Amino acid sequence: MTAVTARETAVTSADIRKRGRLVFVATIIILCAWVLAPIYLLAINALSSPEQVNAFPKSFVPGFETDSIAFFMGFAGVARALFNSVLVAGITMALSIGLGAPAGYALSRFDFRGKDAFRIMVLMTRAFPLPLLALPLAVMFIRTGLDDTALGLALVHTTLALPFAVLITFSLFAGIPVELEEAAWTLGCTRLQAFYKVVLPLVLPGIAASAVFAFVISWNEVFAAAVLTIENRTLTAFLLQNINVSPMHLKFAGGAVLVVPALIFIFAVRKYLFAMWGIANR
Amino acid sequence: MRKTTTTTLAAALLAGGAFAATGGSAQADILFWSTQAAPVEETQAMRGQVLSGFEEAVDYQATDDRGPWLTRIEAELQAGSGTIGLLGALHGEFVSLSDDLVDLSDIELGDVTVNATFQQLGMLGTGEQKYLPWMQATYIMAANRQALDYLPEGADINALTYDELIEWARVLAEETGGPKFGFPAGPQGLKHRFFQGYLYPSYTDSAVTEFRSPEAEEAWNKFKELWQYTSPSSTSYGFMQEPLLTEEVWVAWDHTARLADAFNQRPDDFVAFPAPAGPTGRGFMPVIAGVAIPRTAPDTEAAKALAAYMLKPETQVATLRATNFFPVVEVDLPDDMPASVRLSGQAIARMANADDANPSLLPVGLGEYNGKFNQVFVDAFERIVLAGQDVRQVLDEQGETLRSVMQDSGAPCWAPDEPSEGACPVE
Amino acid sequence: MQQRTLPYLLLLPATLFLCVFFIYPFLLVAWQAVSQDGALTLDHFRTMAGHWKFPTAFWNTMLLALAVVPVQLALALFMATLVTRMGKGRDVILYIWTIPLGISDLAAGIIWLAIFEQTGFLNSMLSGLGVVEQPVAWLGYQNKGTIFLAVVLAEIWRATAIVLVILVAGMGLIPKEYYEAAEVFGASPWKRFTRITLPLLRPSIQTALILRTILAFEVFAVVIALAGTNFPVLMGETYHWQFNLQDRHVAAAYALVILAISIAFTLVFLRTLRVPREAQP
Repeated sequence: MTAVTARETAVTSADIRKRGRLVFVATIIILCAWVLAPIYLLAINALSSPEQVNAFPKSFVPGFETDSIAFFMGFAGVARALFNSVLVAGITMALSIGLGAPAGYALSRFDFRGKDAFRIMVLMTRAFPLPLLALPLAVMFIRTGLDDTALGLALVHTTLALPFAVLITFSLFAGIPVELEEAAWTLGCTRLQAFYKVVLPLVLPGIAASAVFAFVISWNEVFAAAVLTIENRTLTAFLLQNINVSPMHLKFAGGAVLVVPALIFIFAVRKYLFAMWGIANR
Repeated sequence: MRKTTTTTLAAALLAGGAFAATGGSAQADILFWSTQAAPVEETQAMRGQVLSGFEEAVDYQATDDRGPWLTRIEAELQAGSGTIGLLGALHGEFVSLSDDLVDLSDIELGDVTVNATFQQLGMLGTGEQKYLPWMQATYIMAANRQALDYLPEGADINALTYDELIEWARVLAEETGGPKFGFPAGPQGLKHRFFQGYLYPSYTDSAVTEFRSPEAEEAWNKFKELWQYTSPSSTSYGFMQEPLLTEEVWVAWDHTARLADAFNQRPDDFVAFPAPAGPTGRGFMPVIAGVAIPRTAPDTEAAKALAAYMLKPETQVATLRATNFFPVVEVDLPDDMPASVRLSGQAIARMANADDANPSLLPVGLGEYNGKFNQVFVDAFERIVLAGQDVRQVLDEQGETLRSVMQDSGAPCWAPDEPSEGACPVE
Repeated sequence: MQQRTLPYLLLLPATLFLCVFFIYPFLLVAWQAVSQDGALTLDHFRTMAGHWKFPTAFWNTMLLALAVVPVQLALALFMATLVTRMGKGRDVILYIWTIPLGISDLAAGIIWLAIFEQTGFLNSMLSGLGVVEQPVAWLGYQNKGTIFLAVVLAEIWRATAIVLVILVAGMGLIPKEYYEAAEVFGASPWKRFTRITLPLLRPSIQTALILRTILAFEVFAVVIALAGTNFPVLMGETYHWQFNLQDRHVAAAYALVILAISIAFTLVFLRTLRVPREAQP
């Protein structure tokens, strides 16, 4: 009698676990579909002929026509613009982490006057519309020779990416017990060594996240790029500032051309982004 | 990670520095900074087929978004030195830059005959040739052939009235399951031109003076009637060629260049025809784009040579192929032009040569108030038609705004309004 | 001594940088908002506030942020929790979920317009399934509700990944021992979430909320693409005054309004989600 009940209980709990597992997997699949479906639709339209793009009802299978994509790839100067985009995004990444991470560390570890003022100042760069700042910045750049350089544009993009770098590194530093650092000091490490050996590995994901944001922000920014670069146009400014007014099929192809490199970049850094798991689970 | 970050930083800064070093020195190409031919295919055609024939290399950069275009040129003017050689823009976009444009009256054009009216407009009310007319277009109607079956009895598609258009739109809406008339009322749409150059002249023989007249009230009420049978998606339409191609709409009014794709992709499925007429005639207005040289141009002589090149008959024909904008100089068009040129060319000729034609000119002297002038019409539309506010009250209020715009700018009247001494009055 | 100067030294590079590349141009623009021909004036704010579109744009912006940000936070928390329970394949799933991060608002607008426009994918599917006979004008000007819903959906799709990445990075710092201990004491998953995850994640939640809210107030490209002129927002009006009406003064006034509400919300989040400072070294 008791044995039977025990077995029944075992069965039901296994059932529940199995059902829970099923719900868990289903949820993940639904969320993936939610994210991927619009991307798939973009791909369909980018890989279809103009007639298919304009047709109704629309087909949910691409026509595998690469003419629209080829149109963009055939632009003279695409390679150079791609290089410029990567260069600008690279400098933006380096600058925003180089300037932002120390600030994030200071905000998390010290109490000092002007702390909130600094935080607000950093955030203001995101809260104020860039198109209005572009004019005084462009005047300044033309006067100083920064105009039409990758560095100049990267400086502007850095102001946009810096709040992300500062706040994200701040929130991660704040999550690391200061005892960890203190322990390293008592073991004879200098402050710098302790930071380097103990804290840095722990905030690697935060730095990677900041890098991703910096890259993506710089990559997708159109307005400043259109104003501040002429010969050294970025890919976005070069090809895509006008896709809105271009025919449908080119809109989608252009959108796809813009999206792919950003996706490759995120894919490349994903293991840093989520490196944390190994460490925290130790 | 940190090590690599520092290394990348150093490398990037070095590379950036290298760019800074080369950036300033050799600026061989003439920078052509334009708001026209912005759609990617047109930009490509401008570069490959129009400008490649010029003796020097030209860097053609076009943006439909006025923001970067204006910001860049203003920054160069403020900084006192620039890279832009030649500006390409619409008449209305030059007016606020008038003081900073080089006089072009000494350009040697050879035996090219430029349209005198347009050349006069290019002086922007000053004694100098601020811009040279570059190309022209206008707004016409386009329809899917399926829609022709629903034309009201006795209506001639080439001599439609507004009443007939409304009737046509009503029949289409009722018999095809939904509104089939489309209007470019989206953020990028050119709706204000319809009110300034089509509706008002057709009903009031004016755009400014009679802004709040009883005739204007009637015009707006007619438009409201038309709006009932207009596709509700119109408020997101920018270029009518797209909904025409998807057959979301069957009948539409728009800029010839913004209909061209429909005519070219399916020339046998679409017809082009003149805009409708009202009690005071068949109002229509031109679109004029010009080229100008800012005072900060790095090489004014080269820029002038490029401007002259743009007006050569061969260049004008090539420009027509690339952009669907028509020549502003006397030129014989070859026979093998694209379908859009053939179709819209016919419609334009019928519209301009109609007995009741009532052409508008473009405002001169609005200066920095150009945008606010347009906004008066856009606001009137959004309030009367979209928000359903009282026509009389809106016209009175917007009339006041219009009056202050005219007084602040001091712009005199332009056709079809009677010429005025001083600022154009609002009755 | 070093303890007093070190934080300032660490902040110095960022501060100098921002002074040159942000504060200086910002002050020039801000001055335009409050001056006319060199004299102080509030006229531009009056012009702005008196324009019939201002209240609509203001409340639309607020409403959109209010509808979008909480959903994004909840969704991102949910997704981040799922991630912690994942075994193998976590990398791939996380990568998929962060994909929208790489998509510009311009591209997102194009994609979602293709879904919702009258001849778009949604209508194609519905008419294929026989649900509707005639394509529905989801984005027509009378359907303010569906326009709003479309913008909200597009924004949630586009920008949840930002929150997710910040939260996932933060969750990684929570020691697994806490959860193991809680499990030993029989705490339910919900209790573990509210008692361990939420409190320890507070710094990251605060960061994510602040950044996401500020960005929400600047929403522009997606709204223009989907709603056209039917859903005016502050950022769109700023742009319109600056470039179409060419009145830089009023545009600057609009920009200052956006800045002011962003700072106000930031302060609220800084106070209500105060992050306990770790023990002083």
